[in-house]
Amino acid sequence: MTTISSRAPAWRGIATALAQRLLQAVLVALLVGTLCFFMTRMLPGDMAYRIAAGRYGYDMVTSAAAEAVRLELGLDRPWLAALGDWWQRLLQLDLGVSQVTAEPVMVEIERQLWPTLRLSVLAMFLSLLVGPLLGVLAGLKPGGLLDRVTLAVSVVLRALPSFLLGLVLVLVFSVKLGILPAAGHDDHGSIVLPALTLALGMAAVSCRVARDAMVQVRGSAYFAFALTKGLSMRQALLRHGLRNVAAPVIAYLGVQLVYLVEGVVLVETIFAWPGIGHALVHAIFGRDVPMIQGTALVLGLMFVLFNALVDTACAFIDPRRGAGHAA
Amino acid sequence: MRRPAPVRFRRALLAAAGTALLPWHAARADDRGQPHSHVFTAAAADVLTVVGPWEMTGLDPSRAGYMFARMEVVETLLDVDGRGRLQIRLATRWQVSADGLEWRFTLRSNRRYHDGTEVTPESVLACLRRAHGRPGVLSMAGIRSIAVDSGAIVFTMARPFAPLPYLLTHSSVQILAPASFDARGNVVKIIGTGPFRITSLSLPQQFNVERFAGYGGLPIPGLVQRARYISVARAETRTLLVESGQADLAFSLDPPSIRRLQRSPKAVLLAEMLPRTTFIKLNSGHPLLADVRVRRAISLCVERQGIARALLRDPDLGATQLFPPSMRAWHDPSLPPLRTDPLAARTLLEQAGWRLGADGIRSRAGTRLALTLTTFVDRPELPLIATALQEEMRQIGIAVRVVIGNSSDIPAGHRSGALQMGLVARNFGNLPDPVATLLQDFGPEGGDWGAMGWRNGEVPGLLQRLASGTQAPPAQQQADRARVAAVLQSELPLIPVVWYRQVCATSLRIDGASIDPYERSYRISQLSWK
Repeated sequence: MTTISSRAPAWRGIATALAQRLLQAVLVALLVGTLCFFMTRMLPGDMAYRIAAGRYGYDMVTSAAAEAVRLELGLDRPWLAALGDWWQRLLQLDLGVSQVTAEPVMVEIERQLWPTLRLSVLAMFLSLLVGPLLGVLAGLKPGGLLDRVTLAVSVVLRALPSFLLGLVLVLVFSVKLGILPAAGHDDHGSIVLPALTLALGMAAVSCRVARDAMVQVRGSAYFAFALTKGLSMRQALLRHGLRNVAAPVIAYLGVQLVYLVEGVVLVETIFAWPGIGHALVHAIFGRDVPMIQGTALVLGLMFVLFNALVDTACAFIDPRRGAGHAA
Repeated sequence: MRRPAPVRFRRALLAAAGTALLPWHAARADDRGQPHSHVFTAAAADVLTVVGPWEMTGLDPSRAGYMFARMEVVETLLDVDGRGRLQIRLATRWQVSADGLEWRFTLRSNRRYHDGTEVTPESVLACLRRAHGRPGVLSMAGIRSIAVDSGAIVFTMARPFAPLPYLLTHSSVQILAPASFDARGNVVKIIGTGPFRITSLSLPQQFNVERFAGYGGLPIPGLVQRARYISVARAETRTLLVESGQADLAFSLDPPSIRRLQRSPKAVLLAEMLPRTTFIKLNSGHPLLADVRVRRAISLCVERQGIARALLRDPDLGATQLFPPSMRAWHDPSLPPLRTDPLAARTLLEQAGWRLGADGIRSRAGTRLALTLTTFVDRPELPLIATALQEEMRQIGIAVRVVIGNSSDIPAGHRSGALQMGLVARNFGNLPDPVATLLQDFGPEGGDWGAMGWRNGEVPGLLQRLASGTQAPPAQQQADRARVAAVLQSELPLIPVVWYRQVCATSLRIDGASIDPYERSYRISQLSWK
């Protein structure tokens, strides 16, 4: 009986958290879609001409072609009607039809979501593999050689825009060494460079976060106690250090998601990686409103989902947060 | 010490998650069913890789049809060679009636589509009718009907239209097998007749092809058998793909990339002049530009060789007339070339009544000589050229504001009449016989991408005669073309700035690469491995 009564509030807590996330997702969907709609309408240039250029190439666009597009897509409808239409369809989980390719946006996104997820997850994984590890090692000896080197490298990596970092990586690994494909998606290993580009930028920050956390843990009373009671450095680190270091690193991951989502857009374009970010850029050039709304929506929802995962992981690692001990 | 169960559970979960991630990515790379070696090889050993900026925005011939044509998957009734001369393709011969109102195209026999079905006159007719029913090149010809008559395709025209065979070379008029279409007439599969057939297609980025055994001809050892096209948006990436050996042919390279590749030991550059000209489209109906002396002054201040050398890194591209030398029928070497002479430009403006003010800008009766030059970013060199022109015009006393928008501003500005000057690049080779394009550009109302507000009694008539003259003697046609070029040179409804050269980078492992000046084909069927 005691176990049941102590578990019930936990499940209720999870349900509340899930409901909150769902509400957040719905709000993000509405907000992102509406903002995209207005921003596309405010972009300079006539939409009908842009869409026609996206379809047939700008050389082939004449006023006649643009008028045909305008008529076909009903672009001269009042904007309120067009927006209302989109909201209504969104409620039915229908994202509309791409104005450039004439395929359902859902079909296109299905095709692009998987490559983007693969890229993002691998990037996150690589960044967590490299960043915190170096950070912990650096934090064990603050001011040491490793600490100073990682500081310098982190600053450089974080300061480099991802497109520049990507080009540098291609120059080194593809052109000079010839060991990895420069771009594309169906050569073996072609995910490595785009993932590494994203990962290094993120690792640069998580390395510093882990380092600071490690310094703090190293100076704490419980860590000193662990050493005093006879544990080796390795044992103390594994049993009392890592979990405490992990908490801020994982929490900061939530902030880094912004970098990831923004980076995906740039990195996919540079590496010709057929994902959602790449599609978003092309949709903006082609003024393909349903496609912009759809891709931005998915990127927004990805952000919500990853954030939820990060929160769950935080609660998982730091029992104080879940049980209210921290207060 | 035994840990509490939740801790063990969490450890196990974390370890499982960690180990699950690694093979996932490895597995993903292989699930396309393509052979991969374990060590990365720069490019699959026997697959030719072509990269360009163009995305396949759909299967319909009017959308990405040109890409399937360039990779030699689909064919048209007729084709042109590198000099723009008509060649037979699915049609073996054609004839036109004496009144120019009936065209008859005889089809090649025993041709098969990639799905093995025979190319019948009816299947060809269905594609032609479909193309005619949509906005596109066939709509400009005045076709009354298309039918099959004793195995031949017969076009009945509302009026004589000499460039019809050239319209039939356009990629939007390509011939696809009946199985390519669904019940509603949408293209769902690309089943063509070309030397290559599609093996896999992932829109919008990539498709793979292999040689089609039923195309005919004896197999020649060493020829490229398999190829793929990958759309790569950025020029830097395309350059690096060639340099790393991953790509064999890279198209549409920007000047900095070209310079980089010129020094690279891993690539060979090919160049070919294309029938594309960058010019200033002028609103000749605008009060400041209606005077031909002002237009000539603008032309005289343009340093074409300088722009070509500094911005395009290719001094030969300075345009001495509207039509580049690659348009053999239209380029007239005897025409006095457009020249640069700022002094003469200033004199012309003086003669037109424009006096230099204290701020270095001319004015007349209280009106400043200030104009807007609109251009767009679809071609990256245009904004650079626009700012160079701005400075050159300032030096003769014309204030220019450069507006960089997108390509829709030009046709939209043409329609609204708000456009003053636009810097555009026009491809006269969209159709291998430019008459149809020029009819659009220099018609009585001008054209979206051509003249604007320009009243000329002669040129539209000459173009009309060239378009309808199916039986006209070649000498008269040549004289008409020369006259059109001469009038455009002296009246300057468009001010030519630079011509265009397509540069293609090829890897060192292929032989026989060449550029089609009409951008219709990558000629991969002629390529062989070294």
